[in-house]
Amino acid sequence: MRLLEFLENPRLRGGIHTDGHKLLTSGKPIETGLPIPKKLYIPVQQHVGKPAEPVVLVGDNVLKGQLLAHSQGTISAPVHAPSSGTIADVVDYPAPHPSALPIRTIVIETDGLDQWQESVVVQEPYKLDPEEICLRVGAAGVVGMGGAVFPSSVKLSLGRKNNIHTLIINAGECEPYLTCDDRLMQERARDVVGGIRLMLRGMGAEKAIIGIEDNKPEAFQAMQKACFSIANITIQQVPTRYPMGWDRQMLRYLTGWEIPADGRATDIGVVIHNVGTAYAVYRAVCQSQPLISRIVTVSGGAVGKQMNVEVLIGTLMSEVLNFCHVDKSKIARLVMGGAMMGDALPFAEVPVVKATSAILALTQEDIEVPDVKPCIRCSSCITACPAGLLPLEMASRIRANKLDAAVDLGLKDCISCGCCSFVCPSNIPLVQYFKYASGELFKRQQIQHKSEQTKRLAEDRQNRMERIRLENEAEARRVMEARAARAREAELANAQATQIKPENAAAEEAV
Amino acid sequence: MYILFAIIILTTLGLVLGLSLGVAGKYLKVESDPLIEKIEALMPGSQCGQCGFPGCKPAAEALVAGTAPVTLCPPGGTSLVEQLAKLLSIEVDLSQSKDAELMVARVSEATCTGCTRCFKVCPTDAIVGAPKQIHAVVADACIACEKCVTVCPTECLQMHPVEVTLRDWRWPKPLAAAA
Amino acid sequence: MNSKPVSGPHVLTVRRVDAIMFKVVVALLPAVGFGIVLFGLPAFYLTVTTVAAALLVEAVCLNLKGVRVMPYLSDGSAVLTGLLVAMTLPPWAPWWIGVLGSVIAIILGKQVYGGLGQNLFNPAMLARVALLVTFPIEMTSWVDVSPLFTGISLADSFGITFGQSYSLDGITGATTLGAVKTGFSQNQTLSVLLSDYSGFLAFIGWERGSLGETSSLLILLGGIWLIRQGIIQWTMPLSVLASIALLSTLFFAIDSQHYLSPWVHLNSGALMLVAFFIATDYVTSPNTPLGQIIFGTGCGTLIFIIRTWGGYPEGTGFAILLMNAVTPLIDHYIKPRIYGRYRDGKPIEIQNP
Repeated sequence: MRLLEFLENPRLRGGIHTDGHKLLTSGKPIETGLPIPKKLYIPVQQHVGKPAEPVVLVGDNVLKGQLLAHSQGTISAPVHAPSSGTIADVVDYPAPHPSALPIRTIVIETDGLDQWQESVVVQEPYKLDPEEICLRVGAAGVVGMGGAVFPSSVKLSLGRKNNIHTLIINAGECEPYLTCDDRLMQERARDVVGGIRLMLRGMGAEKAIIGIEDNKPEAFQAMQKACFSIANITIQQVPTRYPMGWDRQMLRYLTGWEIPADGRATDIGVVIHNVGTAYAVYRAVCQSQPLISRIVTVSGGAVGKQMNVEVLIGTLMSEVLNFCHVDKSKIARLVMGGAMMGDALPFAEVPVVKATSAILALTQEDIEVPDVKPCIRCSSCITACPAGLLPLEMASRIRANKLDAAVDLGLKDCISCGCCSFVCPSNIPLVQYFKYASGELFKRQQIQHKSEQTKRLAEDRQNRMERIRLENEAEARRVMEARAARAREAELANAQATQIKPENAAAEEAV
Repeated sequence: MYILFAIIILTTLGLVLGLSLGVAGKYLKVESDPLIEKIEALMPGSQCGQCGFPGCKPAAEALVAGTAPVTLCPPGGTSLVEQLAKLLSIEVDLSQSKDAELMVARVSEATCTGCTRCFKVCPTDAIVGAPKQIHAVVADACIACEKCVTVCPTECLQMHPVEVTLRDWRWPKPLAAAA
Repeated sequence: MNSKPVSGPHVLTVRRVDAIMFKVVVALLPAVGFGIVLFGLPAFYLTVTTVAAALLVEAVCLNLKGVRVMPYLSDGSAVLTGLLVAMTLPPWAPWWIGVLGSVIAIILGKQVYGGLGQNLFNPAMLARVALLVTFPIEMTSWVDVSPLFTGISLADSFGITFGQSYSLDGITGATTLGAVKTGFSQNQTLSVLLSDYSGFLAFIGWERGSLGETSSLLILLGGIWLIRQGIIQWTMPLSVLASIALLSTLFFAIDSQHYLSPWVHLNSGALMLVAFFIATDYVTSPNTPLGQIIFGTGCGTLIFIIRTWGGYPEGTGFAILLMNAVTPLIDHYIKPRIYGRYRDGKPIEIQNP
């Protein structure tokens, strides 16, 4: 019976072993000497939710850490000035996105002084009110640093309301090439643990479990040392197997619990945060520093000096690449984020944002673009899928534009992790099919919504026309009646006149 | 003798069944085809006439009669085609169908005379304005029926493709293998 | 740089379709080589003719379809199909049997469905069954073991495959399964029928049979290598072999004079080849492990039923085709459980741990 249960609910399902390429950068300390760029480009939306609203005007002088745009609505996050200088412009500038479509961006001309704004450092951060912690995290613009960029304060307050008992810290970092979390834990473990303690307090959770992939033994040791004396934080090694860093996979492996497909982690009393977020929380609360920089892994075959580097938000990627001695002629694909789920960017003149965990300059040999061949139904994709889907069946439906059939097969449970595309021997871009289909479904929904709206508008118009017609008719009838009445009156008067006339005539005759 | 029995039995059977079919056909007749109403409910209902029929109801009737293809309605897009095909149990090859590029009408301020003709024909009241004043199109309500374009005396109303923004950018469909 | 947006993943595995096909062919080669050694040059000619015909027919079909021939021809699927067809033929069959087999396999078995990955039935098994019911004499003339360079002259061996000059009378006999089937119809018992049967020789393949099917040992080794290479899963061959072994053990225990022993079953006919190389065909077998177990068990059971009670001595071809036909049904009902959902697709209920 236990064996059957294991088959039905394995702690680890699907997934793939990738060539990690992590040794390129995992042994080198984080570089902090990147010069302050002349110009910083800060998009007003670097998070899930509503874009922030700028509070500065062109020509304003700003100090480092000063608020540039405040958050709008419940799910949003503010952005701050990464360095001191003058606001040069608020324009539409290409976003770090595969389409490179423009996004509203605040441009700062830096003065090179890097002058902080004055702030009060909290004396006893671990005794702050939980609500206060959430507020401070929210005001600092902290978002999920693992790539999801969901505003952290929202997640913390959601946690407080939902009686959270466990905080999971996701330090899987399963993506190939990425080592920014690895280095962060190796070098700043104490700060990370501080952040975790603040999160626990902010949510009122009892315990935290940190999951670290077993290909990062140094980070594991550093973290163990840092939370040696803290009873309610445990660290667990997890197998190196992509996508271990999928939050639901991490949760299932660490605890055996599974989140319902239509629910959130909070539904079962758990909140999952990235380890980088914990560090950002520490900086926000203990040092009163908003999220204005992040550690970025710069790697790939075209990079001369692969490294982890602390970059100010808004620095153009091209400047970071120059700093790392990138051979531009060798770049076949520029990727923001990990090699599995990251976005390919059309050019490097886009800013580093809060979600930029890595900049990968990959060469032709790194990516290999083989020809797409027909599916041979080898079912490798089914074995690899961590969500238990049938990628080959879904893709064949989508190719025939039968999106509803694909949805029935579970398209909405796809997490776009890329395992299926990775293993496909025919090199079918399965993930792109699913991304396309999801977008298309959204579009269809919008069209349907519009169609309903159109119907309503058309009905309104018809009703109005009908009403106008009736009113006109009523008016016409009234006019007609009035005219008829007048005519009758006139006739009557006429008749009376003729009646009177003979009398008069008689009278006249009589005279 | 057996043959006679067989003939009698079969004839009676045929008569009884035929009679019952006739009775059923007369008394259980469905007054109006519910399918037409269902289809009409799916359609945009703006009576825009892009399908070549005077309105959505005639189009639905034609669909049920089988005289019009399920791909007749441009504003409905692929999603409508898929739903119609399902409802009418027709197999459609959707792999080649492609939604037309989304268009929206726009008024050029320089040439608009404020003649009000356009907003009188707009089926969704998407054009606002007053006599002798420059009109404007509410992009959200415009269904790109192009009725306004045909009545505009100064050609100031033109169709433009809807601009893609970061918010509604979508992944393109991958190219299939050549086989 | 690329202007068209490309989606992740930006790194891929090195596993390719052609590499998979190549490995399967490599795994088959020892058994084919053994068949050639066992039955002499005619077997070699037949193999070469069949594979060449398969390649040619594939090329013609691709050309007719109007696609570039080379990229598809080089994926190795046609070579594999041709090789599998050849392996299931009697070793001294005339050349046109091989060519016809390839034509049936490639055209009727694969290309009419739309090419690689689209076919419902296993092409090689379709060819085998079609040939078996169309040319029963040619398809059941099992030549005696006559190792390479021992029996016949070079010219004669050429004649056997390409001419009509050589009479097979007197040097052919029945396979074990065939002999048993005929013997049973004459009310003989197994102890008489299998008096000179050697379980060991059957295992290494020193017996009459199809070109590449006789050696259970070499096919087993090739199959295990494929499993270790991650090309095929162990579930499928194991379920085929286990189900047939279980059934034959059961009936053998009931009546050892009228039912073959599991050892004879496992080492006769095309069973090993089918279990490791035909049932595991990606295209025509179910996608999920559970579905594969059902498919394999179904194959094993059908093979046992046809061998024991059917009209043909060997039932692997029919069994595979029948189970191929059921595959879409199995795939429709057997699906993996989606994360966060029950098997029926409903989201799991919240249970506070």
